[in-house]
Amino acid sequence: MSFTGPGRYREESAKMLRDKPEMRHSVTQATRTFDDHRTHAFGQVDGERWRDWARDVKTHLLSNLDIYLEQAEESLERNGAHVHWAETGADALAILEKIVEDNDVKRVVKAKSMLSEELAINAHLESLGVSVFETDLGEYIIQLLGEPPSHIVGPAIHRSLDDCRRLFHEHFGTPLDAEPDALAAAARIALRQEFLAADLGISGGNFLAADTGTVALIENEGNIRLSTSLPRIHVAFVGIEKLVPTLGDVAGFVQLTTRSATGQPIGNYVSLIQGPRREDEPDGPEEVHVVLVDNGRTNLLADDTAWEALRCVRCGACLNICPVYRQTGGHAYGWPYSGPIGAIIAPGLLGLEKAMPLPHASSLCGACVDVCPVRIPIPEILVHWRERAVEEGLVPLAETVGLKAYTAAAERPVVFGAAGAALRYAPLELGGRALPILSGWMQERSAPKPSPKSFMQLWKEGLE
Amino acid sequence: MRVSLFATCLGNEFYADACADAVRLLRHFGVEVDVPEGQTCCGQPAFNSGHQDEARRMARHTHQVFAESEYVVLPSGSCAGMMRSFYPELLGTDDASVRSLTTRTYELAQFLVQVLGVDAPGTGLSGRVVAYHHGCHALRELGVRDEPVALLRGCGAEVIAWEADEECCGFGGLFSAKLPEVSAAMADRKLDTLPTVDLLTSADGGCLMQLSGRATHRGVGPPIRHLASVLWEGVGS
Repeated sequence: MSFTGPGRYREESAKMLRDKPEMRHSVTQATRTFDDHRTHAFGQVDGERWRDWARDVKTHLLSNLDIYLEQAEESLERNGAHVHWAETGADALAILEKIVEDNDVKRVVKAKSMLSEELAINAHLESLGVSVFETDLGEYIIQLLGEPPSHIVGPAIHRSLDDCRRLFHEHFGTPLDAEPDALAAAARIALRQEFLAADLGISGGNFLAADTGTVALIENEGNIRLSTSLPRIHVAFVGIEKLVPTLGDVAGFVQLTTRSATGQPIGNYVSLIQGPRREDEPDGPEEVHVVLVDNGRTNLLADDTAWEALRCVRCGACLNICPVYRQTGGHAYGWPYSGPIGAIIAPGLLGLEKAMPLPHASSLCGACVDVCPVRIPIPEILVHWRERAVEEGLVPLAETVGLKAYTAAAERPVVFGAAGAALRYAPLELGGRALPILSGWMQERSAPKPSPKSFMQLWKEGLE
Repeated sequence: MRVSLFATCLGNEFYADACADAVRLLRHFGVEVDVPEGQTCCGQPAFNSGHQDEARRMARHTHQVFAESEYVVLPSGSCAGMMRSFYPELLGTDDASVRSLTTRTYELAQFLVQVLGVDAPGTGLSGRVVAYHHGCHALRELGVRDEPVALLRGCGAEVIAWEADEECCGFGGLFSAKLPEVSAAMADRKLDTLPTVDLLTSADGGCLMQLSGRATHRGVGPPIRHLASVLWEGVGS
């Protein structure tokens, strides 16, 4: 199974709800737990001030991105890292392919990275005959299942513990009632061989400090540390929006991200990578490559409203709180970034037409605004993309015609009243099925019953 | 003090009794109520689905209808939120008359508590166990969280703890028609976590329509009624 694109969101979400109701349960439980931990973690600090600070730093960064990108390149090269620029996803894959060919790479270990999912790195490496092993436990589970991730932070949250027990029983012969520790131990044995045999390790980058050229990586399992230090070559793919001005900023952002993501004060491991192994160092890679990836991010940056989405630190808090995401998990969204953040960056990264209908995959409840650590105005950006979709003719004709007629009536109270009165003579049960916009409503719910008399009529008759 | 009631499009056609009860409540607390005849729709269905031009036309119309009102009170948190939060952006942030309208516009429970200072209005709900669904826009655009609960308690009701009381019901205007399966699943999450209660109430016609439409379809759930009607019963002796 791989991603099919956002276009089938309605069909895929309906299918998920119909055919896999247990996933809805797993996702709801896991996201509620994440969110409870986040709430607890923010109860310990002055979260509002911290979020203001993070918003302001990222806004400053994005307003001066060209300057900081050049500074980051200089700092990285000073540290002995190779810097590559990838305007598109294809450019990023070509850069990786060249590194693989130049070094005769046969085996790759991969740290969890959403950008690597966006670029579909695994499929490309496999097409080159290179074996790839996901080393994050969640990513490893879904790689064994042949599934893409369904959550930015917890890629396997749609799967229950029993699913994992069955999977590990088939692959490693662990008992069907094995405890989570035993499952992790089985994965550790299998992965340890791969760390030692790999020629190249791939990671993303949570942050890149422009002043020191430091790539910061947050994790809990230690696999990122191993993936980036054991193989001879380390390649980090970093989205250009992941920069922060200084290493000091990294300290604030790392803790804000973990508090938002899992409620931890800090990750179990935070790796700060400053280039390849130096002469006096006992370990580390011989070569470090940092690939700075645009792939549509400058489209977002150029948009007067949607640019704020580039502040995102990929903590997943908006997914965890989102009542829409909770019903299906991420697969229905049809591409790696799901939930509210996925819906607002898809039009920039994929183009608006390909991103439809994701900007509509929200009731605009605004819960995400309460939790976003960098204060992205998500509902405002959703409405902005909906406006653009109307301008570009990407909404059903019936909706546009219907709303124009409705508006014309709303400007003429007599007409509006008469149309309202007509509701009483045109049973919604029948009319609803005939109108495309209402048929969906009727399919899942009983028809609303108009009041016997409108309020305006009651008012005119005199209220007691 | 004089209040113009804006029944809203859904309220006028589907929750007429609740709008009437809102008038009775306001009069009960000594407020003179008028109902401007030209009122229709605040424009929210168009605004939320990206049809800015249509939203602006309806906002302009509504602004004209209520331009002279001392206060505008709506039995709907989301329509009140639409007017307070988005009219300046649609009609011009430098228009003093628009800015003034936004500050004179209130959701019903918000008005009763914040402007009239109502706290313990009656005993009509004594012994009743009530669940309150917080409509998203009342909660997050207007910041109205405690007011409706305080009023229900002030009428003697026990407002029960409910883990999903602040979660979206899945209505979302056209969202519920565009993505009906996910929308219905959201309503199910509300209904499936609802404790045993005598009634479920909320301050938004859209939420009530969604929750009762789904509850009736599945044959589950308690009576679902608009907050205005429940409070009117509550102040009664």
